[in-house]
Amino acid sequence: MTAAEPKVTVDLARGLGLTADEYDHIIRRLGREPRYTELGLFSALWSEHCAYKHSKTFLHRLPQHGPHVLQGPGENAGALDIGDGWAVVFKIESHNHPSFIEPFQGAATGVGGILRDIFTMGARPIALLDSLRFGDPADPRTRRLVEGVVSGISWYGNCFGCPTVGGEMAFAPEYAGNPLVNVMCVGLVRTDRIFRARAERVGSAVFYVGNKTGRDGIHGATMASAAFDEHAEERRPTVQVGDPFTEKLLLEACLEAMAAGAVAGIQDMGAAGLACCTSEMPARSGTGMDVELARVPQREPGMTPYEILLSESQERMLLVAAPGREDDVRRIFAKWDLDAVEIGRVTAGPDLVIRLNGEPVACVPVPALAEAPRYEPPFAPPRGLGELHAFDPLSLPAPADYDDALVGLLGSPTIARKEWAYRQYDQQVGINTLVRPGSDAAVLRVKGTRRAIAVTTDGNGRHVVLDPRRGGALAVCEAARNVACAGARPLGVTDCLNFGSPERPEVLWQFAEAVEGIAAACRALGLPVVGGNVSFYNETSGQAILPTPVVGVVGLLEDAAQHATQWFKGEGHRIALLGPGEVSLGGSEYLWARHGRLAGRLARQDLEVERRVQAAVQAAVGAGLVTAAHDCAEGGLAVALAECCVSGPARVGAEASVGAAPRADHALFGEGPSRVVVAVEPGRVREFEALMAESAIPWGWIGGTGGERLRLNVGGVAVVDVALDRIEQAWRNGLERHLA
Amino acid sequence: MRFGVVVFPGTWSDCDFHYVISEVLHQPVKYVWHRDRELADFDCLVLPGGFSYGDYLRAGAVAGRSPVVEALPAFVAGGGVVLGSCNGFQILCEAGLLPGALMRNECLQYRCQSTHLLVENAETVFTRATRPGQVLAMPISHGEGKYHVDAETLAALRRRNQIVFRYCTPEGQVTRAANPNGSLDNIAGVVNEEGTVLGLMPHPERAAESALGGTDGLVIFHSLLGSLVEDGSFLKR
Amino acid sequence: MRFRVLVRLKRGILDVQGAAVQRSLAGLGFGDVRELRIGKLVEVDVDEATPAAARARVDEMCRRLLANPILEDYTIEEIEGERLAAREPVR
Repeated sequence: MTAAEPKVTVDLARGLGLTADEYDHIIRRLGREPRYTELGLFSALWSEHCAYKHSKTFLHRLPQHGPHVLQGPGENAGALDIGDGWAVVFKIESHNHPSFIEPFQGAATGVGGILRDIFTMGARPIALLDSLRFGDPADPRTRRLVEGVVSGISWYGNCFGCPTVGGEMAFAPEYAGNPLVNVMCVGLVRTDRIFRARAERVGSAVFYVGNKTGRDGIHGATMASAAFDEHAEERRPTVQVGDPFTEKLLLEACLEAMAAGAVAGIQDMGAAGLACCTSEMPARSGTGMDVELARVPQREPGMTPYEILLSESQERMLLVAAPGREDDVRRIFAKWDLDAVEIGRVTAGPDLVIRLNGEPVACVPVPALAEAPRYEPPFAPPRGLGELHAFDPLSLPAPADYDDALVGLLGSPTIARKEWAYRQYDQQVGINTLVRPGSDAAVLRVKGTRRAIAVTTDGNGRHVVLDPRRGGALAVCEAARNVACAGARPLGVTDCLNFGSPERPEVLWQFAEAVEGIAAACRALGLPVVGGNVSFYNETSGQAILPTPVVGVVGLLEDAAQHATQWFKGEGHRIALLGPGEVSLGGSEYLWARHGRLAGRLARQDLEVERRVQAAVQAAVGAGLVTAAHDCAEGGLAVALAECCVSGPARVGAEASVGAAPRADHALFGEGPSRVVVAVEPGRVREFEALMAESAIPWGWIGGTGGERLRLNVGGVAVVDVALDRIEQAWRNGLERHLA
Repeated sequence: MRFGVVVFPGTWSDCDFHYVISEVLHQPVKYVWHRDRELADFDCLVLPGGFSYGDYLRAGAVAGRSPVVEALPAFVAGGGVVLGSCNGFQILCEAGLLPGALMRNECLQYRCQSTHLLVENAETVFTRATRPGQVLAMPISHGEGKYHVDAETLAALRRRNQIVFRYCTPEGQVTRAANPNGSLDNIAGVVNEEGTVLGLMPHPERAAESALGGTDGLVIFHSLLGSLVEDGSFLKR
Repeated sequence: MRFRVLVRLKRGILDVQGAAVQRSLAGLGFGDVRELRIGKLVEVDVDEATPAAARARVDEMCRRLLANPILEDYTIEEIEGERLAAREPVR
């Protein structure tokens, strides 16, 4: 090494993001002062991102077990058994901060990271979904972010060759300084071919595979530290740059090496790069590792051990070879023009030994790195919540013209059709996509079987800020309901929990409550949470985002042919509304889009009714009794019906009536849980009614399809009567109009 | 009919073509690695979609100079036929096996959407099972699909009937609105002078099963198989 | 020997990227931009005995891969005594 290392002090540790207490903790654990490189290892492994210091205690509340679970949290991704020898592997992850700094590359590398998490499990990725949140599109900075993020996702996913089949995009001013980019990936693997991030057998060769290591993504805190400045000849950008082509080669090489039996364990070099892999893999297996950094393929000259260990260069993996199969690893990666270099060995442990040209630069017990301190700081509800709850939305004036109110809502950026984004995404590569973006859930077939899976993501920050517990539960319920509307049985959950700083008591309270809500809903619906991600510190100058848990659900259809979509298929079908009647304008999209208010109370929720409604919809779709099924979400019943009319290949009109209500806007635009609109052909009405009776859920007929208009009556009074053409114009062009 | 599906680093429609040829059409099919030059085992080679070599320099540029592509003229001269879709079309143009070039879409964005194709030439081995003026529905998925040739070559293409498909409305009108990428003259697919190499931007393999939204893409394969059965016209070996 | 290859769309071929950037600049108050073209810059370091041989080699690279003769033309410039990597980026 050329330049002298900075002297290790408590101040340096602080500069790297550790607290004084944590620094003392490290000294006690090692029985000495850490060396500079060792401090770097601790700073990375004990960061919130890697160690879940503030969230672990709460996350244990989430149910993680169930009959289908093949792999729960703690690996690269979770896995569920879907029958016929197949497993579905899936996970959602955030890339919020990088996307704000550089929207195109930030979003692109977010896609790259989650793809690697899936194929390190041995699964071939078959679908991507993106859950995005942005500030007000009237702000030109927001428009630039939207364009950058969407084109970054498009570029990486399309070039790699995995279809993007779903997700959401919502807008609220609270996200202006902290957009959310959450990406979910779903893959398929034979149940007996799942790979794990382990380093089991002592003596096994450890390979570095993929792209070379540069200075990208080295922790920003490092760059800012004064001690480091003196020796840094040139500042490097910390933005990581994605290479989807190399990722595609890495996918093929990994799957080929796995199929050949040459791989014993494998992990993606994601956050904290090589430092993370070399400590987490042995930590899971109770072993150690001895690694030579001089062998790591490097893109830039003069990198220090610290930089090599903490680099977040993309498209790299750490692979433990099966005994005696080292040459096969080299041969297969060479075939795909990729580096595969043996950089060390698995040892009996407990130490992780890092060397440079044979000289140890770090020697740390693996368990010390893996066992970061946990924090349970105080938490308390934010002040002012009572006032928000006390607000009565009906104190605001009712719309003078309900046609205009509905059309305005349909054209609002959050509700308007998202084709502008998803036409930039390949939705079909792999030829599995039976239902493309634009319905409640995407449906993909499982080739070689009669089965299909349905996938979706959901999350509503406005609901969560008003009532984190109920909001968290609603996110799970709505995602599962979307999957049920496609005809699938929800099987499992992955969650991405986006919050502000956990060091603020009110944020931690929101987090704790939301996790309780998610856990309660998952227990009620029998859904295990098999993986996910926590993203804290989403705030700028003290302004936190709306607390936004995003929930991804995977469901199973035994018969791929028996799936449903949300749009009406023809005239003369009867329309039913399933689920309870109670709705609220509190926290609704209508209240925000029309009145700019975020206040009120959410409608009550009965998780047992939710479960029964989902089972009823799924049974009705499975029996072929309904021609359309659509969840009532943002914008309430009126928006759901309008979408049923115009989101399909051909427009179909409808007329519907609901009973007397406090006010028509409450009835039409109010939001409530467990509500689904379905359409039934006249010949199947009897059977449908019998099934509903058996399901023991609240439900009723509300109208029928036909004509060229949408007509809505409340308490016997005609309130809305709009031509479909007007509805379609507003809804189809709304997003582009806002982004123009 | 013996099909080969060519795999370049970065190809991703290879598995889809393989699946359609073997599971839908029940024809023998093998993958062909980009370094292979030995093509005697095949009657038809498919160059599938994807981002060969990341398309980092230009779409199809590097793959257009690969060993398997260098072996294509001899393969075609010996009676073989070649079908290039999406990136495959870009590669064939870059290699000079088809006239013209494919540029960035006029909207500057990637486009994945359904398109309609007007059959301009129903006489090729790839379109014999169609009739002139027939409209086929097939999706596109590309960022660089805007076809370009100079005026002289365009005139020659028209004269020799080398333009096979043009983007059109569902009713068969060739309009600007039906053109998804700004292609010259709405051109979606062309053949070489001999009619033995077809390149098109749309994805016939994604329109091969009704469950996935249509089967119009199969007509290209049925034409090929029919040509083989009827007179073996392109099988001179 | 180091060369800088500039690959641009031929005159007469619509440069959609260039047109879009020109429009954006006009929106920022740069309405006086008369023409704007976007191209690709390729920097090559070749090991040849003479400058003429090196230039010929680069020219061959352009013809065979770096430029598409249907769409693009190119210029080759020799970079004298300047280390490519050491150039200070503007900004």
